[in-house]
Amino acid sequence: MADAQQISLTIEGRQVSVAPGTTILEAAKQAGVLVPHYCYHPGLPSPSSCRMCLVEVEKAPKLQPACVTAVGEGQVVHVFSEKALEQRKGVLEFLLINHPLDCPICDKSGECELQDYVYREGPARGRLHDPKRFNPAEDFGGDVLYVTNRCIMCTRCVRFMDSVAEDTVLNVSERGDRAVIGVFEGKGLTHEWAGNVIDICPVGALLSKDFLNKARSWELDRTPSICPNCSQGCNAIFETRDNQVVRMRPRSNTEVNQYYLCDSGRLDYRWMNRTDRIEAPLVRRGDRLAAADWDEALRAAALHLNGKRAFVLASPMLSNESLWMLSRLVEKTGGKGAFRVRRGPEAPLPGAPDLALRAERAANVRGAELFGFTKTDAPLAGMADGDVLVIADHDLAEADVAELARASAVIVIGTVLPEAARQAIVVFPSTNMAEEEGTFTNIRGRVQRYQQARSGPGMSQPVWWAVGDLLTFLGEGAGHYSASETFDALAAARPEFTGMSYETIGLKGQLMAGSSEPAGTAG
Amino acid sequence: MGYPHKPHPRETPILSRHFGDAEARTLDGWKKRGGYRALEKALGMTPEEIINEIKESGLRGRGGAGFPTGMKWSFMKHGDGKPHYLCVNADESEPGTFKDREIMRWTPHALVEGAAIGAYAIGAETAYIYIRGEFTEPLRMMGAAVKEAYAAGVIGRNAMGTGKRVDVYVHKGAGAYICGEETALMNSLEGKRGNPRPKPPFPAVAGLFAMPTTINNVETLTAVPHILNEGPAWYKAMSHSSPKSTGSKLFSVCGNIARPGNYEVEMGFPFKDFLYDVCGGPPPGRRFKAVIPGGSSVPIQTMEEAEATLMDYEGFIAQGSMLGSGGVIVFDDSQCMVKQIARLARFYAHESCAQCTQCREGTAWTTRILERIERGQGTMEDLDTLLSLSKQMTGTTICVLSDSCATPIVSGISKFRDEFEAHITGKRCPMGATAAA
Repeated sequence: MADAQQISLTIEGRQVSVAPGTTILEAAKQAGVLVPHYCYHPGLPSPSSCRMCLVEVEKAPKLQPACVTAVGEGQVVHVFSEKALEQRKGVLEFLLINHPLDCPICDKSGECELQDYVYREGPARGRLHDPKRFNPAEDFGGDVLYVTNRCIMCTRCVRFMDSVAEDTVLNVSERGDRAVIGVFEGKGLTHEWAGNVIDICPVGALLSKDFLNKARSWELDRTPSICPNCSQGCNAIFETRDNQVVRMRPRSNTEVNQYYLCDSGRLDYRWMNRTDRIEAPLVRRGDRLAAADWDEALRAAALHLNGKRAFVLASPMLSNESLWMLSRLVEKTGGKGAFRVRRGPEAPLPGAPDLALRAERAANVRGAELFGFTKTDAPLAGMADGDVLVIADHDLAEADVAELARASAVIVIGTVLPEAARQAIVVFPSTNMAEEEGTFTNIRGRVQRYQQARSGPGMSQPVWWAVGDLLTFLGEGAGHYSASETFDALAAARPEFTGMSYETIGLKGQLMAGSSEPAGTAG
Repeated sequence: MGYPHKPHPRETPILSRHFGDAEARTLDGWKKRGGYRALEKALGMTPEEIINEIKESGLRGRGGAGFPTGMKWSFMKHGDGKPHYLCVNADESEPGTFKDREIMRWTPHALVEGAAIGAYAIGAETAYIYIRGEFTEPLRMMGAAVKEAYAAGVIGRNAMGTGKRVDVYVHKGAGAYICGEETALMNSLEGKRGNPRPKPPFPAVAGLFAMPTTINNVETLTAVPHILNEGPAWYKAMSHSSPKSTGSKLFSVCGNIARPGNYEVEMGFPFKDFLYDVCGGPPPGRRFKAVIPGGSSVPIQTMEEAEATLMDYEGFIAQGSMLGSGGVIVFDDSQCMVKQIARLARFYAHESCAQCTQCREGTAWTTRILERIERGQGTMEDLDTLLSLSKQMTGTTICVLSDSCATPIVSGISKFRDEFEAHITGKRCPMGATAAA
């Protein structure tokens, strides 16, 4: 947009130019000033009801709600003037009179916007000498528990269900200070995306039953990642405590998932913490698999692969880096690759453009196809008799296990050893996606990075690392020392990724050459 | 219940002229009394001509805010290609106010006529009359009148045979005070929870169904036919003090007074004469103590203030209050002001829509404090807290319900502080009264 069409104003002494129609609150964000607020959420319509964001605009007779007031040319806005601070202090005192102040037992403590603003700007002591109102907690269905007493009636949850999920389940029941969030008769928060009300709740009123009393928020380590549970590639934060993933939450990306994550995605993280893992390379000695070091296992695998074609059964949950290295193994041996993807019903979020829990429940279907793996429900059917079957973290679900007998040898690179693959001659321990860094390519061709959230068990390594060394043993100089270096080699080799690197991809991802996201996605 | 009194000689019965006259309720009876002449005339005029007449008359909104009606109508842009709507605010819920009820009970056609003229003037083909749910008799009367008017072709597709369309619908509210707030009324009409909307956008830009909308009070619209019939100069002449307040005004009088009821006087009438002469003064053996002159949302007046007041928009402001809706609540010396103020606060706490923090929490909190003081368990610190909370509740919310709760608290404490202190120091109500449960 040309500068002539921009509106210039001063917020807390900082000059900022924004598009006409921008609210003072959003303009302040651009100026680096956070206007405290509760009911406002960038993804929802604003009722301007919490009255927390009232700011002083010079020449205006009254304080103005920053969340719904459009900027005006030459406006001078004060967010922290005495008048604005006094008013916010008042709002905070009102919000606290019926709030139980049970922070020590509240899951939201440490990441609570009421706590934050009261700490920063609230009154030092309350003036309430009368009993507080009490309402019992209520199970809202799905993963959501409503702790009524903590609710500040910002109605973000009601508006999310109405205008984003488009499933009218929640309401404001009663009036005055008797008002509570209600659930319509016979309904519950069972919508696939309903769990988002927990994240958008600014206080501890809506809690995840799954996460209930599991950890204090300040004990958590947070890692930017990608939800691996379908091909949408929603940006996520993995939260870990004592090396265990304990919660997955959305990370905002207006190009992909706005501010949201579906329930199927966010609740499917326990597999990342599995303890029945392969911890060391295993090599077959007679009728048993014995622990070995990497060199010995790599040498054994290379011996079996020498002169044979590799048939690679790959998991569509593997990174671009791993799948590309596997594709090089296929190429080197003149073999083939295939994969199977688990499916489920698609569940869109109607109020967000092009966002759905996708039918294909794996993170990198697009990448697997791109690197030459054939998507099929009978992945072993393509294997020629006498091929060396390389199973790359594939669970063999629904694979015809009898087919395994047609392979001259079975090599497993994986997190766990499927029962059906006990006949393997070599087994390499690999990390799962939470234990490594890498990239996925989503359904629209967006390449997105995920970072390591926990450490892998024992001697496990990423698949790309194992395959790289294996190729080295096969006489192909292919060893890379980091995921980003592997990606650089990939980007140099594949035109779709030309010019990309971990730096250019950043935390928001980057579209592959020739890909596009549908119009309507913010850009 | 019939109409309880014959007009006092000092009244000016214009809107109330036919109160108590059952025949005026029917279309024929109404026509016999000069009804629908103004509508016929109006449909022959251009909307601009009507608006100019109303502007000229000085008519101001009778619902409480006193906004000039002609100017409000002129905000509606003709020819914008959008449907326009007229909303008639018949949700009269302001405690102490019951004038619109009588208009609708006795002269329903006066409102149909006024609404039809108003709709035509703002370029609307549809008028919705939003009637308070508890008003069962007015609802019945309005329903019958609208039906009759349709059957006679007075309104409808071809109103008065002029080819112009004016539809009038009667809508029953569900009994929430807040639905008398104009934007909450629109939400309620749309089938949503009656929550006030943030302004802007103002109703003239995006109101009912997001279309340009004007909302007028029953009494305001009922005055319109008289202005068109008699001319703006006639209406303007009914002004005794301030030239900005013209015409006649209905006052609903209740409380400790000899003759409660509805009275219609000209703007600028002396309030002292009104209370002592027209309404008959205090009950026998009693003295007036205080007056809330314009519905429960306006500041309480002491008798010194009330007796010095001239009854118009400016006159009430000059004496520390507001004309508001014209609901006069009178207290005599048997009343405990703490109890009365606690009762008002409880009303607002009950009716708060729960959107804005200050209102949702503030109305309930101030009620709890006031009730505690009333029980004799208050402290002097509570009075400071009440004034501080009232300040937080004024001018900070979407609508003025929160301000309305703060108003009697602030005026009550400042004007009757001795009664509050007597409760606190004596640890009981000196009048022996207790707050109603």
